[in-house]
Amino acid sequence: MDLRFLSRNWYKTLATTLIAPVLYLLAFGYGLGRGVVIEGYSYLDFVIPGIVALTAMTTSFNAAGMKLHVDRLFYKCFDEALMSPIGLFSIVIGKTLIGVLRGLLSCGILLIACFVFSPMPAVDPLFWLTLFATCFVFSFLGVLVALVAKSHQDMSVFMSLVILPMSFLSGTFFSLSQIPESMRLVLWFSPLTHSSLCLRASTLGQPFPWFSFTILLFFGLAFLFGCYFILKKTSL
Amino acid sequence: MEELIATQDLTKTYKDVHAVKGLDLCIHQGEIFGFLGPNGAGKTTTIRVLTTLAKPTSGAARIAGFDVAAKPDEVKKIIGVVQQHLTMDLDLNLEENMDLHGRLHHMVSSERQKRIAELLDYVGLTDQSKRMIPDLSGGMKKAAMIARALMHKPKLLFLDEPTVGLDVQTRRLIWNLIRRLNGEGTTVFLTTHYIEEAEALCHRVGIVHEGRLISLGTPAELRQKVGLVTVETLTNGKFSQFKYFPDREVANVYVQSLPSEVKTVIIREANLEDVFVELTGKKVGDDER
Repeated sequence: MDLRFLSRNWYKTLATTLIAPVLYLLAFGYGLGRGVVIEGYSYLDFVIPGIVALTAMTTSFNAAGMKLHVDRLFYKCFDEALMSPIGLFSIVIGKTLIGVLRGLLSCGILLIACFVFSPMPAVDPLFWLTLFATCFVFSFLGVLVALVAKSHQDMSVFMSLVILPMSFLSGTFFSLSQIPESMRLVLWFSPLTHSSLCLRASTLGQPFPWFSFTILLFFGLAFLFGCYFILKKTSL
Repeated sequence: MEELIATQDLTKTYKDVHAVKGLDLCIHQGEIFGFLGPNGAGKTTTIRVLTTLAKPTSGAARIAGFDVAAKPDEVKKIIGVVQQHLTMDLDLNLEENMDLHGRLHHMVSSERQKRIAELLDYVGLTDQSKRMIPDLSGGMKKAAMIARALMHKPKLLFLDEPTVGLDVQTRRLIWNLIRRLNGEGTTVFLTTHYIEEAEALCHRVGIVHEGRLISLGTPAELRQKVGLVTVETLTNGKFSQFKYFPDREVANVYVQSLPSEVKTVIIREANLEDVFVELTGKKVGDDER
């Protein structure tokens, strides 16, 4: 049903999810960052993987989380899934997949737009693997928050207190080597930090940070089991 | 007759609110069973537990022999549920909502298409199949929810306040639909706070008050508990008093003995509201005012 919704509203959905990253790209990459060099790369080349990670996060989180939130609290049609003979894991995965699909679609289109600004170095399989994992991680997080939220305000509060700071601080727009050690330690608890590191390494031809990739997967598993236990606790 | 719903000392507590207290119930196949009580009596909570949407705090509930807590998937295959509020996906049209329900119950495509056509015809909504849910009237939405709940051919249909908010004409259409379903073999468990609905539809009624089942029987049996005839007296247009009698003859004797300050006397057949008032000291709608 989420696919049916997407097919009916694809132009609105994609347009709204792409506006922010394209603006970031123009403002930070093409405007402010013009002529800036970070770690030996042009700022535009440096920032594109960060913006891709950021887009994957916000699109996947919103697509999986907001739809479930509406289904659960406003349309109240999520009960239909809970009352059907389908396993709780399957329900979580089903609700997650729309976030993954929309995250990949938005990032794919964004990448095409990025090529217009800066022909990027090779986008290798590890880039796609990380992008796929990032979409899963934040879709699981979206589902988790939507299952816990008791009101629309709860979702907004989470977006403001967690998603928004994560967007700007997780090494998306700057290098983690530029910030104090203590701050860097805090940012290691953000899954977006690890996603940015992996995407940037795979795009710029640096050694792939498998440790960060493992932590990203760990976040995904933690969110998945979180969803399962919330459902298990409240329904049968 | 086969026992379809059985509960033993079923209790559901939310934090410090005891929504259902020690419910013992047995409902047989083929029945239309009504759970009658005011809002907040525990009717919807009972349905949520029986339909696997909420875990019982203690006690046991079995549907067709399957323990609700231990075998929820078996229970889900047997039951259809129509909740009090609209639970359709408003981003989908009627046919898509029904198709989704069929998919959730592992029905194959050809089977789903056949069943959707059958059910839309059954509830008179064939022409509305492509309409989006918000464009349907209140009665159509309720009929659509019933049709959707029947997609997987459930043996037992739960209806939570099936006619709340509907006009009288639509209410009667829904009643006829429920009777027709029951006549074709579907057991129905419904909750209502409409006295006339319980009397018109149900083979047996359970009266529930503050989480407890306080009386159970056929409408006639329940009325007999207080008396078949009610005498309502109004003194100076202000005070209403109810007395119950086994027949009109005894009621008439009582009326003749009333003092002269009693200005208005109504003699009528007792109804389930009288039973509720007698058992609880309240009218069914009192808690909502």
